[in-house]
Amino acid sequence: MTREFWKGNNAFAEAAVRAGLQAYFGYPITPQTEALEYMSNRMPELGRAFLQAESELGAINMVYGAACTGARVMTSTSSPGTSLMMEGLSYIAGTEVPMLLVDVVRGGPGLGNIAPSQGDYNQMVHGGGHGDYHPIVLAPASVQETVDTVYNMFDIAEKYLTIGVVMIDGSIGQMMEPAEIPPMLEVRKDIPDWAVRGGKGKDRRVLTSIYLAPEEMERTNLRMMKRWQQIERDEVRYKEYFMDGAKLAVIGYGSSGRVALSAVREARSQGIPVGLIRPISLSPFPKQLIREVAEQVDSILVVEMNSGMMLEDVLSAAQGKTHVEFYGRMGGLIPFPDEILKEIERISKGAQKDAGHPRDLWLERMESIVQ
Amino acid sequence: MPLKGTIIVDENLCKACELCVEACPQHVIALNNEKITPRGFHPAYLAKDGCTGCGICALVCPEVAITVYREKPVKK
Amino acid sequence: MLVIREICGWNVWKVLYSRGVKMVTLDIKNMDVVYKRPETLIDINTHYCPGCTHGIAHRLVAEVIDEMGLSDTTIGVASVGCSVFAYNYFNFDFVEASHGRAPAMATGIKRVRPDRIVFTYQGDGDMISIGTGEIVAAAGRGENITVIFLNNANYGMTGGQMAPTTLPDMKTTSSPHGRDVKKMGYPIRASELLSTLQGASYIVRRSMHNAKNIRMAKKAIRLAFETQVRGLGFSMVELLSTCPTNWHLSPSDAAKWLEENMIPYYPIGDYKVHPLLKDIKI
Repeated sequence: MTREFWKGNNAFAEAAVRAGLQAYFGYPITPQTEALEYMSNRMPELGRAFLQAESELGAINMVYGAACTGARVMTSTSSPGTSLMMEGLSYIAGTEVPMLLVDVVRGGPGLGNIAPSQGDYNQMVHGGGHGDYHPIVLAPASVQETVDTVYNMFDIAEKYLTIGVVMIDGSIGQMMEPAEIPPMLEVRKDIPDWAVRGGKGKDRRVLTSIYLAPEEMERTNLRMMKRWQQIERDEVRYKEYFMDGAKLAVIGYGSSGRVALSAVREARSQGIPVGLIRPISLSPFPKQLIREVAEQVDSILVVEMNSGMMLEDVLSAAQGKTHVEFYGRMGGLIPFPDEILKEIERISKGAQKDAGHPRDLWLERMESIVQ
Repeated sequence: MPLKGTIIVDENLCKACELCVEACPQHVIALNNEKITPRGFHPAYLAKDGCTGCGICALVCPEVAITVYREKPVKK
Repeated sequence: MLVIREICGWNVWKVLYSRGVKMVTLDIKNMDVVYKRPETLIDINTHYCPGCTHGIAHRLVAEVIDEMGLSDTTIGVASVGCSVFAYNYFNFDFVEASHGRAPAMATGIKRVRPDRIVFTYQGDGDMISIGTGEIVAAAGRGENITVIFLNNANYGMTGGQMAPTTLPDMKTTSSPHGRDVKKMGYPIRASELLSTLQGASYIVRRSMHNAKNIRMAKKAIRLAFETQVRGLGFSMVELLSTCPTNWHLSPSDAAKWLEENMIPYYPIGDYKVHPLLKDIKI
């Protein structure tokens, strides 16, 4: 297969199609609308189901219905739409049927803007709707990585009967990069045993998220937690760069991780012993890795395009074993490599330990950065 | 002569709502005050002669508790 | 008066009832069964209040599905309201939607499985309050699904609050002094509203307050499912229903109240009938 120039939104749409997507339900919202438009053409072309719903509420509930029939189904949206979908996601999780969500994140809160951000981290990684469950959240950093992540996500979601979320910054949805999309898989013809399909009497199946008796609800919660533990063991993903002999570890995902890599390369060429950890799975979070890194390095710099959401998970995983600092841009801004390089230089020269919470220190520094 | 009919009320299902009592055109259904079902209701029953097997009671019964029988017409 | 039910041997059933001293015996085995439980309606107690017309609606839907031979091709979508456990009573596949979203869920199912019969079963709070977006969109799209809509002018499951269908001046727990139309607006007539949509193919209103209307309701439900089977588009049967508990009336009085108060506001009638349906004789 050749590499072609693909826009992120179109690329992930095609990747899902080739992975055997049977239905796409979505709604226009910038910066992912191209995916909806692409699907409106591609899905009917292949005789598969496509529908633009009346709202994100409609879309997620259509996904819910189709998921109950065992079909490979997805939706894509952006931050405000993700918020609307939360109830639906919780129902899908509670019914234990698989689906794929692509969240293309933009500036917020509120209507915000259409520029890229990572402000959905908390709502997705620590949420996905109410109740005791965790969606799997993967955060690719390039068009190719997004393609590969989406292509493989259906298998993962189906294996664990859970929600698979591919969360990309708006920038990745919008940019064009060379990518190779894996080959077309046949749409499955069989139906999973648990799916509704029209069956009566003993053959009938009821899919619901209601467990009125607390004991039954708890049994369901425990069942889901058991699967979650398996996911935590087996589905952690990340990439490491220049970590040999690093005394400072920069941790960033998605676009901020990618920009940080440029800064780390430059810093290494200056002789600063710095490396980069780029988590790909945010849920499950690479806790074990961060714990080990915290023992190896003198400081960690977390870089995000939000007010420090993954920061809290890093702090928790590091367990105070190392000094942690934070640098972030919000509102739709992407940090430049030289901003991060400045931070790397500052910290390497000698960071002030125990001066306060990294977020507070960062906010103080931001006063001079943001005019 | 109207055909004779009869009903059987499933006492596990009857909730004594009295819709059948009200609806019966022959007024032959009543609640049985001498009986209490396991669910705590006085079940409906055929209290008098005169059931024609019209089925109206079963039509209005929300619990589908009533099975209605009617004698087969005699062939001449 | 006594009722004695006796099973004498497996091939002879007798019903004996007494009135004073007179005993009358009828041999059921030689009688026609005029009315019995439809096969598809599971033989268990329902959680519905005594006299609640949900039971009647369930039975009518089950009868139609049995008569049309659809029980192994149907997927039902339960909604949130008193009928939230509808899936316990029908002996075929069911899914549970969140409040108001059943039409969207049904759409999702029908789009991936167009060969299945898909219907939603919704109350007035679910369908025309929180669910307004989804039902209008589904009807507007002409989605080939069937909606069974129960209108009892209040939110039953949660204890009788005002619903979009609550009548003017009607007292509910959230309109304790009666629905003041100046502050709370007028009730929504869902059948009239949805019948204005070009995508809707069969929109009718019936009632379940007496035997005659129940018979008419069943015919309408049959036509609604025929609409779907023939691929003619969106069908909905609005069924005026009683809520004895929250109306604080006996089931019989509730039926009378419905006739006197709801029917003038929500007239029984056919609001949209696809031309190809007019020739079907039931």
